[in-house]
Amino acid sequence: MNLLQLLGSRTLAVLRGWGHAAIFFLDLLKAIPASLRRFGLVVSQIHAIGNRSLVIILASGLAVGFVLALQMYYALVTYGAAESLGLIVNLSLVRELGPVVTALLFAGRAGTSLTAEIGLMKAGEQIAAMELMAIDPRARVLAPRFIAGVISMPLLAILFSCVGILGAWVVAVGLIGIDAGNFWSIQQNGVDVWRDLGNGVVKSAVFGIICTAVALYQGYETEATPEGVAYATTRTVVTSSLAVLGMDFVLTALMFSTTR
Amino acid sequence: MAKRSIETLVGLFVLLGLAALVFVALKAANLTSFSGGDTYTLVARFDNIGGLKARAPVRTAGVVIGRITAITADPKTYQGVVTLSVDKAYQFPKDTSAQILTAGLLGDQYVGLVPGGDMANLAAGDTIKQTQSAVVLENLIGQFLFNKAADSGAADGAKK
Repeated sequence: MNLLQLLGSRTLAVLRGWGHAAIFFLDLLKAIPASLRRFGLVVSQIHAIGNRSLVIILASGLAVGFVLALQMYYALVTYGAAESLGLIVNLSLVRELGPVVTALLFAGRAGTSLTAEIGLMKAGEQIAAMELMAIDPRARVLAPRFIAGVISMPLLAILFSCVGILGAWVVAVGLIGIDAGNFWSIQQNGVDVWRDLGNGVVKSAVFGIICTAVALYQGYETEATPEGVAYATTRTVVTSSLAVLGMDFVLTALMFSTTR
Repeated sequence: MAKRSIETLVGLFVLLGLAALVFVALKAANLTSFSGGDTYTLVARFDNIGGLKARAPVRTAGVVIGRITAITADPKTYQGVVTLSVDKAYQFPKDTSAQILTAGLLGDQYVGLVPGGDMANLAAGDTIKQTQSAVVLENLIGQFLFNKAADSGAADGAKK
């Protein structure tokens, strides 16, 4: 009987958590129009979230491009297919690695700072003070950050892929000596703008929504103590990473399973 | 001043992202090679399409002039019905023939169009009459072995 009760209470707790997050997300969406009217807030948040993440994203993209090109070369050269190096790097970056790795880095770089910032605002009772002054903290604090995250993430992901492809070009054409014309033309033959690139962009936008919403939720619902903020920051990284990886599988299955 | 510089930096960031998108789309994807301008459709029926896939290229003299949009099977004649989408700039005579070819020995398969000499051109939606099916490697090897066996049988018979 006790076991049954435990099962019931656990199930209810999980459902309550999901419902709480869903209501938070809907409230966040409702606050978007109000914050779009003050676009200056969004712009300064894009600077904090997007511009400041640029260095780590570009550096990782370049490194991934280099390494992917080198490793693929060793595998491909045994089959005499080294020419299609660029195509493999391009497809894996644009379809999978670009959006996913960017989202993981984004959760670590921007998500944590969002959670910590909002958590400390809550701990310092700034959010309660706003509510007292009849300012909706969702429209003033959360929604601009959400929009900024959703705008920044696809831009960062495509920059990651672009820099990765350029890195692969440096390795393939510069180091290995693959013909530059072949390197590009095989990619142009094999990569479809809508099916590959378009789906990659859609993926990164979905990941942007996930990462930013999770970070904001964890910050807003944190316990207003130093430990609470620390836990919330950790949970942001864990939850958004797992959500991104799980969602990536679902999206890949939906996007690339048909026609082929 | 500080606010203005932040706005400039954000503008730069957005511009950089869009530039990356345009670069990848133009230089490393197929937006330029065949952008789906004005096209018309042709239909070709093959006894065997081999490993042909939708979105494979349509070439004439080796140059890509279109794409395969759909492949279906005709339930009455049991033939493969291949729908081709060809650039409007290339009009083909009525007695054009279509063949399924392979790029290299093991490469991707594509449809090659060989123009005929008819004065009238194919209109949109027309069916190409003369087609040549894909070469299936297994059949080819089987035929070769069969011929070889027949030859050696004949040679043995001549000896006796």
